[in-house]
Amino acid sequence: MSALLEVRDLSVVFDGFRAIDGVDFTVREGELRFLIGPNGAGKTTLIDIITGLTRPTTGTVSFDGQSLAGKREHERVRLGIGRTFQTSVVFEELTVLENLDLAASFRRPLLSLLARRNGVSETVQRALETTGLTELAARKAGVLSHGQRQWLEIGMLIAQGPRLLLLDEPVAGMSGDERSRTGELLTSIAKDHTVIVIEHDMEFLRRYASQVTVLHEGKVLMEGSVEEVRADPRVQEVYLGRAREEAAHDVVS
Amino acid sequence: MTAVLEKKPVQVAPKEPRRWKGAALFAAVAVVALVVMPLVLEPFRLGLLAKYLCYAIVALGIGLAWGQGGMLTLGQGVFFGLGGYAMGMYLKLNDAGGDLPDFMVWSGVEQLPALWAPFRNPVLALAMVVLVPLVVAALLGTLVFRQRVRGAYFAILTQALAAAMVILLVGQQGLTGGTNGLTNFFDFFGNDISAESTQRGLYLTVAIVLGVLYLAAWQLVRSRFGRLLLAVRDGEDRVRFLGYNPATVKTITFTISAVMAGIAGALFVPVVGIISPALLGVVPSLELVVAVAVGGRFALAGAVLGAVVMGYAKTYFSEELPDAWLYLQGALFILVMTLAPKGIVGVAGALRDRFRKEAAA
Ligand SMILES: Nc1ncnc2c1ncn2[C@@H]1O[C@H](COP(=O)(O)OP(=O)(O)OP(=O)(O)O)[C@@H](O)[C@H]1O
Ligand SMILES: [Mg+2]
Repeated sequence: MSALLEVRDLSVVFDGFRAIDGVDFTVREGELRFLIGPNGAGKTTLIDIITGLTRPTTGTVSFDGQSLAGKREHERVRLGIGRTFQTSVVFEELTVLENLDLAASFRRPLLSLLARRNGVSETVQRALETTGLTELAARKAGVLSHGQRQWLEIGMLIAQGPRLLLLDEPVAGMSGDERSRTGELLTSIAKDHTVIVIEHDMEFLRRYASQVTVLHEGKVLMEGSVEEVRADPRVQEVYLGRAREEAAHDVVS
Repeated sequence: MTAVLEKKPVQVAPKEPRRWKGAALFAAVAVVALVVMPLVLEPFRLGLLAKYLCYAIVALGIGLAWGQGGMLTLGQGVFFGLGGYAMGMYLKLNDAGGDLPDFMVWSGVEQLPALWAPFRNPVLALAMVVLVPLVVAALLGTLVFRQRVRGAYFAILTQALAAAMVILLVGQQGLTGGTNGLTNFFDFFGNDISAESTQRGLYLTVAIVLGVLYLAAWQLVRSRFGRLLLAVRDGEDRVRFLGYNPATVKTITFTISAVMAGIAGALFVPVVGIISPALLGVVPSLELVVAVAVGGRFALAGAVLGAVVMGYAKTYFSEELPDAWLYLQGALFILVMTLAPKGIVGVAGALRDRFRKEAAA
């Protein structure tokens, strides 16, 4: 399989601080890739660059062989790159259903948007079922709990029908049960999509990850299978060790 | 997900009766406006109402742009003026026959300026009423929203435009009639403009145009585009990651609101008999924003109601306490924005809910 996403020699400098520092990162079509690293490692920044939110200082990003330079956020979505946010952002004044419907409708011609939504499209129905939000469909997104919002965001991402999905800490703050469901959902999505997931939780990684990229201080520390990553002393040093210090007990398996 | 499943689904109110109620209310208001008012109001009062309904058309546009789209536009007077002058120019040329309009003669202009030439033709003039605000707003929106100018910056920009428009108009005495604007009209498409029947016909025209535009705006708000517009208002940056360009959504909406203001301006001219810089500068633009806030900016009906209520209030207070009106208006704006951000419509809704609860208990 060919490379769907190619990041070459990427750097970004914020006020003299190198948040991303010479990163090369390749994800093949159909892969489920986990991206880990301690707080401030640059994981979110990397996704921000891929999706067009942040402009790189140097380096290139290409998607499906096409350079993304100069492409704006919505244009990248139209190419098939979708993302969620670390702190989920949904439209609180709209219902769950309307949020999903909006996410599913961006390929429609603008003029056809002037018509009212007529029932529930198949895509939206599937997103509702996948995320278990069917019963909340008619409620305003503003009343959702933290976990439900995350599900809605994942649902919106699915409804977009992207080729590459970037999820920024999708299970943060979820209960054990919800994590398992998300993990299974990711696994099933990854069957026919390319997925990149930022995740801290080692247990989650052990269960659902195969390939892992470790970022540290803006650089790629290593890449490999979960076992290799977990066994690597450098990773234990910068990531697990530091996490232990921070008493983030859920990070250590 | 257990938490999700455990949560009891809330029954949403069945939609049909509510829609039916809305339609009934609209029909009732239409009957009052089209049948009752012309019967009970004397010509002078009917003329005043026609004027307020013109403002209500502008307010409807502000409700769309600001209430639904989050674009605080403080310069709708610009578009109101563009539509108004287009109509005024036609009427002046029409009255002058083949000669120069009176004010041009007085300011020593000897040849009709090229800018005026297209307005001889009534069809072209009416097209300009829509096209000029449309093109200006579309250009402005494209430039401004692409650059992600928003919030207070956008508001100040639109206000500056209104100020600039006044300066431009006042400075070109021979071309625009300067401070006096365009006035002294006699003929309106073959009718004596000041005749009672003409004015009644104009009133009905204004009311019908308002009704039609209201329905169009209502459809827009209810459509997917309307949902998208709310999303842009509440999270423009997130909308980009749903694959939409917020700049396009905003430009379209702003342009629609500008066209509404243009149409309102064109109707205003034969109703009131004048268009002048004082009617479209910063102050009138702001007054309409205040009116929309007072009526309730999040509901289209609130915007329309606000314009009519504030129109009457202005007339009343300017007669009784001319100096106090400006301060009263400012105080009202602050009160509404802090205590009742949803305006009259919001307060009415809250009262109704409370009443229902008590009735149910
Ligand atoms: N817009 C910005 N301006 C300045 N500094 C920034 C900006 N965005 C990120 N940074 C800095 O870049 C570094 C990397 O941030 P980033 O959010 O990518 O980390 P992360 O790996 O996602 O961390 P976390 O696990 O906490 O989410 C941090 O030190 C952060 O403070
Ligand atoms: Mg992050």
